[in-house]
Order: sequence, then C-alpha cells, then structure tokens
Amino acid sequence: MDKLKRRSLKVLGASLGAGAFAVAMEPLRAFTAGLTLDQFLRSHFRELDPEELKDLLSRLEQEASEKIGRPVTMRADPPIEGVQFGYALNLSVCVGCRKCAEACHIENNHDRATNNSYIRVLEMDQGSLDLERGNADYDHPVPQPGKYYLPIQCQQCENPPCVKVCPVEATWKEPDGIVVVDYDWCIGCRYCEAACPYHARRFNWTAPVVPPAEVNTDQGYLSNRIRPQGVMEKCTFCLHRTRRGEMPACLEACPTGARVFGDLADENSPIRWVLANKRVFVLKEELGTRPRFFYFFDK
Amino acid sequence: MPHPTTRTLAWLAVASSLVACKEDVPQAWAAPASASQPLPIEVRQPLKLTSIETHERDSLGRPVRIACTTCHSLKTTAPMPTSPADLDEFHQGLTFRHGSLACASCHVAEPESGPLLHLADGQRLPTSQALRLCAQCHGPQYRDFEKGAHGGLEGSWDDGAVRTKNHCVDCHDSHAPAIPKVIPAAPPRARDSAEGTPDHG
Ligand code: SF4
Repeated sequence: MDKLKRRSLKVLGASLGAGAFAVAMEPLRAFTAGLTLDQFLRSHFRELDPEELKDLLSRLEQEASEKIGRPVTMRADPPIEGVQFGYALNLSVCVGCRKCAEACHIENNHDRATNNSYIRVLEMDQGSLDLERGNADYDHPVPQPGKYYLPIQCQQCENPPCVKVCPVEATWKEPDGIVVVDYDWCIGCRYCEAACPYHARRFNWTAPVVPPAEVNTDQGYLSNRIRPQGVMEKCTFCLHRTRRGEMPACLEACPTGARVFGDLADENSPIRWVLANKRVFVLKEELGTRPRFFYFFDK
Repeated sequence: MPHPTTRTLAWLAVASSLVACKEDVPQAWAAPASASQPLPIEVRQPLKLTSIETHERDSLGRPVRIACTTCHSLKTTAPMPTSPADLDEFHQGLTFRHGSLACASCHVAEPESGPLLHLADGQRLPTSQALRLCAQCHGPQYRDFEKGAHGGLEGSWDDGAVRTKNHCVDCHDSHAPAIPKVIPAAPPRARDSAEGTPDHG
C-alpha cells in the first residue's frame, strides 16, 4: 500500500470516528497481528522522518529484546556518502569449505533447522560455467580433483530485476549499491525470487527459529534482524557491519583469503586493484543485470 | 494557564527530546580522523616465525614454545642435514612437500655467521622477515598480497582504519604449502535445498 493510500485511510479514520474506524479496519488487523493501527499505517521506510524512524527502531529493539530476554541493538545506519560497495572473489583459491555460508548463517540470524544462508557454494566441473549443473549439496572433503567452487550470493546488481518486479516497493537499491528489503513492507508475493537470475533471494516459509542464546543481538533494520514469517530476505553485504567500516562476516570467515571487499569509488582500494589487474567476469553478463559481485581466476 | 511546574516540566521534555533527537538519529559511519591518511596494513607475525612447539604443556594445556635462538645461538647445533628424515630434537617428524627444495635452500643452521635464513643470493635474513624468502619465488602471489588481493584483509575495508593481514605462514605450512583438503561446513537442509538449488529453478 503506498503512502498516499495509507494517509487517505488515516483521514478516513478521522472523519469516521475512532470507534467505527477500528471496526472497519478489523479485517486488515487480522493480517498484521501485533501491530497497532499507527504502526500499520506508517510511511514507507525511505519517507520516515528522523522522529518516526527513532520510534520504529526503539519499538523493534524492545520487542526483539523481550523475545530473547537479552538486550538487542536495532540500528539503521544510513549509507556512507561517496561509498560504493563491491565484492570480488578469487575462484583459484576458493576451496569450497562453506565457512562463508556458515558465518552468514550465524551473523544474519538464519533459521537453524534449514541451515539457511544467503550464500550457496556450487561445486562445478572445471571448465564449465553452467550454473544449472552446479551442485550445492556436496558433502565430501574439498577441494575434489576436477572441480572448482563457486560461492553465489546477492550480486547487488546495478540493474536489479528483483527491484523492478516488486509491486509494493518493499525492495530497493540504496545509494551505496546495496539492494535491501523492508521486511515490514514486503507482502510475500515472491515475484522478486522468481526474477532473480542468481537464486539469491529466500522466502521465509516460517519465521526463522534461533535459540535465544545464539541470536546475534547486533541487528540492523534492513539486514539481520529476525524476519517475520511470509517475507523475502537476501544478502545485504552485511550492511549493519559494512556501513560501520567493518568487513562482511563471510569475508572474515574465509580461511583462504578468496574474498576481496571494498569501496569501488576509492581508486586505491584492493577491489579496484583487482578490477584493474585481474581478468574479472560477472555471472550471466548477457542478462544485463550488471552485478557488483566480480569473480576472477589467478591464471 | 498551566501550573508553573507543569510548564517547566514540559520545557524540559522538549529540550531533552531535542538533545536526544540529535543523538538518536542514525548517523553515517565515518572513518577515524586519520581517514585521509591511509594507515599501513599490519602483517601478522605468527609465533612460529621465531619459536617452535615442544611436547610440554603449560598449566592451561597449551603447548610450551621455545624460541629458535634458545638453541641456535647458545649452543653449537648439528650441521644442516640433507633430508628431513635426518632431523633431530624439536624438528623430528617434519613433513616436507615443497618442490625440489633442500633444507639448505632456505635455512642456515649455524648461528655464528648471522641470522638463520638466507635468500637465493646468499643474503642472510632473520626469521621474522621470512616473507621476503617466499616472495623471491612466488612473485605474482606476493604482488597480489601487497595489493590486498591475496591472503585476506581484516579489520576494515577503509584504508583510514586499522587493518591487518595474514603472514604467508598463517595459512601455508612453509614445508608443505599446499592447502590440505578440508571437510566443508554443512550444506543447506530440507526446504532450502529442495527449493533453492539451481536445478529446481
Ligand atoms: S569460505 Fe572462502 S574458501 Fe571457503 S567456500 Fe567460502 S569463499 Fe570459498
């Protein structure tokens, strides 16, 4: 529902009288259990004024803390001006150990039962780039002879098909290049999941279940806070970390140093050196998505 | 007209909310003041560059380490062996798989004449500078390492913040440098793998 519609509902509410309005809205409330009318009728995330954002964050922080019985910090760090995030991955040194996927699982409060992660590592035949033939479920010592390993997460496309198809603008591209989802705005239609050529989006069939003691309490509104049931989620390059200058969790976990993360706008950054000096490629270039995630081989 | 105390309270509330407001509005992160001046990246100095594990354990169960110089400076050590099988004392059982190099390609056993490593041109090198030894054969890797594109970079993506990177021997055993096979972390389970593998797409 766009902002205008919500506002006209509020106006309608005012002219109808509070009691009658509450009755009229009752069927909608059933879908939004736990939200007050004001919360339900709030503005789009990008249109919240500082006061509204503050209220929203402190309400979520309180709810999340009560739920696990430990203090949670809920932040919404804005993009850093002039910074353009990008990622590169050296396929010659990646061994397919899935440490990155595991770190993502923990950092982003993923559902424990499904062992969900925003990263899927494909075991590929050497010489092939056919993603449809990669195996994400391998369970043997790695690396295997004749194979290479291709970790795939959100490519943070310049031209993101997932953003275009969203009927309610619940997902958008931030000025620093990160494609985000507002879990409280998403209606769960899954169009974006179908539109993504990299299978980077996941649907929360159930709300993620994480034992309270294991919850990562350093949470971001647009990133790793625990998602409600029935909404989409995706990799955000750990924006709750990277917008504070830290590295993404997957990079810190990688034992081979295969991952290079940084600011594409800084010409002295290691990632710019990689782009200028290695033969980099992007996945499914022919689709025109223009990923910000680059791959390269040493030889 | 409200009671004076009520009014004071109201003013206080407004004033404090103005102050709080400034603090609570999320501010974009900024690198420390030194940001315009890139900080040099610190290279880790693993203990094994200057000491070796013994079979003894300390009270916390950690292996006791002994500095190389403990033996290789005070007492006359045996001359350099020709193969790893001839190694003695703390060096027994060493696995060697590093091309056709010999012990003496890199090591000097006798301390009298200087540090314990040497470059291909004979120049002596303290063990703490072992990086240069690796670099003389592995140029492309060393170049990438220098540029932050090999070996990982930790701490921050911003060159104004404190960053560290691994030393060669943090990841590679210099005597058998190939990365050994590992058991991967668990694959995705159940719904996610059924729903999300590419062959289902
Ligand atoms: S952690 Fe590093 S080496 Fe392991 S699968 Fe991920 S990218 Fe590859």
